[in-house]
Amino acid sequence: MTTTNHVFEARSLDYEYPGQIPALRQVSLTIGPGELVALLGANGSGKSTLLKLLDGLIFPSGGELLAFGQPLSEKALRDGPFVREFRRKVGLVFQDPDVQLFSSTVWDEVIFGPLQLGLSKDEVVSRGSEALKLLNITHLRERPPYRLSGGEKKKVALASVLSLRPQVLLLDEPTTGLDPWSQGNLIDFLIGWADGGKSLVFSTQDLDTAEELATRVIVLGTDHGVIADGKPEEFFSDPDFLLKTNLVHEHSHRHKELVHRHQHIHDHRHQ
Amino acid sequence: MRSDDFLSRNISSLTHALESVISAEDLCHAPGLLQGLDARVKVATVVLFIVVVGLVHSLPMLAGILVLILCFGLLSKIPLGLFLKRILVFIPIFTAVIAIPALFITPGDPLATVGSRVIITEQGARTAGLLVLRVTDSLSFGILLVLTTRWTSILAALRWFHVPSVFVTVLGMTYRYIFLLLHTANSMFLARRSRSLGTFSARENRRWLGQALGTTMAKAHQLSEDVYLAMLSRGYRDEGLALNDLALRRRDFLWAAFALATASMLLWSNWL
Repeated sequence: MTTTNHVFEARSLDYEYPGQIPALRQVSLTIGPGELVALLGANGSGKSTLLKLLDGLIFPSGGELLAFGQPLSEKALRDGPFVREFRRKVGLVFQDPDVQLFSSTVWDEVIFGPLQLGLSKDEVVSRGSEALKLLNITHLRERPPYRLSGGEKKKVALASVLSLRPQVLLLDEPTTGLDPWSQGNLIDFLIGWADGGKSLVFSTQDLDTAEELATRVIVLGTDHGVIADGKPEEFFSDPDFLLKTNLVHEHSHRHKELVHRHQHIHDHRHQ
Repeated sequence: MRSDDFLSRNISSLTHALESVISAEDLCHAPGLLQGLDARVKVATVVLFIVVVGLVHSLPMLAGILVLILCFGLLSKIPLGLFLKRILVFIPIFTAVIAIPALFITPGDPLATVGSRVIITEQGARTAGLLVLRVTDSLSFGILLVLTTRWTSILAALRWFHVPSVFVTVLGMTYRYIFLLLHTANSMFLARRSRSLGTFSARENRRWLGQALGTTMAKAHQLSEDVYLAMLSRGYRDEGLALNDLALRRRDFLWAAFALATASMLLWSNWL
């Protein structure tokens, strides 16, 4: 695999769903090693589609996408050494954990990836055990997926990707559906995981998660293109921008007996 | 029965069936005779016994095999009631269509008369009895295997016997997602009920059921596409690889020897 400074490089990417429904339009971006990138945008702006494109699961209808300097095309991922190397380096955690938990038990789920990579039995067992331990879910090892809570499913889905020991982790709405305690735990874990120079790209609707986890924010607009790309503090301190891009809105809410309407941004950046 | 009740009961039954499968899974971990055996040995011996059942022609011998199966069930800590219920639910489905006509159409000596013209023959009764007992025995062996073996171990055993991996993968995923789709169907019914006042006519129920089936099918289709992408994402390349952690022990050889001896004895007695 050719070495390059960029993990991903997208040039004028277009993607359309059947029926010519646009999902992405003229998206250009680069993602470097060690970057923690939050993809923000309103519902339907194309965040999940972009993550699937970056994982080589669907392919652009226009433009060019490179991963580690190689074109990420259907042909490149059909066969040969590139597909194996790419799947080893890049992992995607889906938004709906039920999609990802297709095996009969948690253990079968976490060893699925390493097995497909053709690793030795000892290595498969070692990686599976390590992934369970990393997320403190060793006790769930023999459980079938339908006997897991929502939070446990999310953890198992993450463990099933971490057992590949990826260099790049793509996460689609990782904190959705989690209680505040589990959200905090997950963010702590991801910050620790990415500390060793690994890259993280995650989509989220939650500005707090983006602020706590990301070192860079990419905002997709309702026109399915990139409308902003920069450091979180540049955007989160600009209420007009957040309002314009539908990342916050004015809404009525209650303060004791007083019901009133204004933008709702929580500024609690830590020193 | 009102049509609304009918619909409600059917969907509740689906959920109940789902829960009973889940609760039966605990039996796989019970400290019983068959639970301690290797899945490959169990699959092979169950197949052997089913072949023997197909070859035996004696009604008393087939009845004796059924008693033997029930003993295996008891030694494997399977509650007798649960075991019989599982067997009896399926017997009419598999046998009624063939066994009932066989009573009347098989030529032979008259045994009983139904009405003035329809005659049950002795040979017809014997043929129907053979069929029902063979199906009961075969099915009981299958149920015994499923109740005492983890589903993943059965799949691993099938892989070991070189059953095509696509077939094994599809079996495994069907088992996994049937639960999810049943929950979806049940939730759809509850969501409808929570927004309804009074009862629906049979026509409205049929219409709703059709829509619900269509929606569930569309969801299943979308789910299957997403699951395939999730598999590809983790390196799946149309050939599922699995970890074989099955191991043969002394008791497996003892069980295999017992099964072979019993099968040989049954066949030998049958041909005497």
